[in-house]
Amino acid sequence: MMYRVGQAAMVLSGAALVALAARQGRWKTLGAAALAGAPLVYRGATGHWPVPQSVSQKASDALAGAPVETAVTIGKPREELYAFWRRLENLPRFMKSLDHVVDLGDGRSHWVGKSPLGLKVEWDAEIVDEQEGRRIAWRSLPGSQVHNAGTVWFDDSSNGRGTVVRVSMEIGGGIGQMVGKALGGVTEQQVREDLRRFKELMETGEIATTDGQPHGNRSLLGHIHNPI
Amino acid sequence: MRAVCWNGKTDIRVETVPDPEILNPRDAIVKITATAICGSDLHLYDGYIPTMKKGDILGHEFMGEVVELGREVKNLKVGDRVVVPFTIACGQCFFCQKGLWSACDNSNPNAWMMEKAYGASGSGLFGYSHMMGGYAGGQAEYARVPFADVGPLKVPDGLEDEKVLFLSDIFPTGYMAAENCNLQPGDTVAVFGCGPVGQFAIQSAWMLGAGRVIAIDRFPERLLLAESWGRAETVDYEEADGIVDLLRDMTGGFGPDACIDAVGMEAHGTTLDAYYDKAKQTVKLGTDRPHALRQAIQACRKGGTVSIPGVYGGLLDKFPLGAAFGKGLTLKMGQTNMHNYMKPLLDRIEKGEIDPSRLITHRLGLDDAPWAYQTFRDKQDNCIKVVMKPDGHFHSSHSHGGNGREH
Repeated sequence: MMYRVGQAAMVLSGAALVALAARQGRWKTLGAAALAGAPLVYRGATGHWPVPQSVSQKASDALAGAPVETAVTIGKPREELYAFWRRLENLPRFMKSLDHVVDLGDGRSHWVGKSPLGLKVEWDAEIVDEQEGRRIAWRSLPGSQVHNAGTVWFDDSSNGRGTVVRVSMEIGGGIGQMVGKALGGVTEQQVREDLRRFKELMETGEIATTDGQPHGNRSLLGHIHNPI
Repeated sequence: MRAVCWNGKTDIRVETVPDPEILNPRDAIVKITATAICGSDLHLYDGYIPTMKKGDILGHEFMGEVVELGREVKNLKVGDRVVVPFTIACGQCFFCQKGLWSACDNSNPNAWMMEKAYGASGSGLFGYSHMMGGYAGGQAEYARVPFADVGPLKVPDGLEDEKVLFLSDIFPTGYMAAENCNLQPGDTVAVFGCGPVGQFAIQSAWMLGAGRVIAIDRFPERLLLAESWGRAETVDYEEADGIVDLLRDMTGGFGPDACIDAVGMEAHGTTLDAYYDKAKQTVKLGTDRPHALRQAIQACRKGGTVSIPGVYGGLLDKFPLGAAFGKGLTLKMGQTNMHNYMKPLLDRIEKGEIDPSRLITHRLGLDDAPWAYQTFRDKQDNCIKVVMKPDGHFHSSHSHGGNGREH
């Protein structure tokens, strides 16, 4: 009986994963959830994993480091946006998890991350592909503490609203994954916030903030009333 | 400095807080000379707006004198008198460029919160929850004003604060409400709610060519002001048998060409649905009480427009979309695109076409804020509009209603 309950729970939790993602209407989450959820459903229903366990383990590792992608339209010419991004020292101005980046020349760079725990995380990266005014792809060097790779594309918006900036980014693998988690991980939300700051900086010359403004006495818990 | 701080539902305290500082190159610091309590502040007071934090400084209707400027603000100088719009807009994004200033893409540091709730974020607002940016408000001695090169409107020296203060929100808000009605000359407009925004909607409807304005409320002093200042026909809905039938009769069977809901999410009513809303909102099963909005939709003539300056925050229950569809109504709403209206309306004030100070019933100091919020919320003491002066010093003495608590 217990076995059946466990199986039913697997079916349910697998299905719930997929349903939850579907409800949120995010195709990528849905895809990931389907990948993660379907085997659960299968295992729950049949009592067997659909693939050998070692393979499924690798699959889940790959999932953990799956790149996140997001896009934003910025009302500036793509050459200007490209030039700002290509000066890698500029990245920490809008990427919140970075402390600073040093350009070492020859497409190589040294990245230092920021961590709320005060851990210093650094790695070297190289530009692996680029097309002036259109695309930059970078990747951490093999053996780095952090696996970090990303591509940014700059395309003219089809309706004259400026430039569509599309980013695909990943952090994952070994220590990197732990460090990534310590850094808050790279979530779609985080990349989206970085892109939002990039847009603000490019369009207005500054990033909207309230850090440092006055307020009255906060409660000990920083109580937020009626959270969304 | 002294500042009016939100400490929880119906808990307003005047606290001593640090002075604001310039945080961004396009900021200004304004020393506040006059600041008002808005009807929408009462939604915060009653705890219906999510993402407030204990200690948040309230207030989004304020004006004052520029005392400090960020290095990128070139169009203002220290000493300028300015009125500050309640919506914060960058002036450069797609939305600002289209005149949709209240949809500014670049002014809300907490845009993700609003995205989660609404799918996309509007502009940052002063003193109106963290979801709307978390900016410290202007019921204080000083305020930091972001994008000061775009928002604040310079005021000529000859005009006293009380005449121009309401350019910060309610006058443009009432005006946009009337503009959204897409009035044709001679049209009949019904205004639900004769609070400050309703009063300005009445004034603006005339400016935009209305032939008749019918004002609906239940408080005698508000109906009186709508009659005397607004030259509107007035209806006390508590006396009327059924507001929808009455409006149909008053318009020869048509229904008003346009209806303005200047009430919003905390509507009162005497019908069954209103009590149902109140009960649901009280136990948190509903977020809004759209009683006035239902009536506006029900009353509006076929093909007419329902314009909604009243604030709504969440999900509406028993919303008569069938009636709106069946009659082919146009619904227009949203936060005011302030920057479109401030200068043209200042011109009207300068020419003497309107004196917005007619609205003020209470002139108080900042320390009176807790009393003022409660009195305004409960419509006690004939309260229609409260203006506070941080220095507690008033030059003008005229007052309509009120209890003479002038400083």
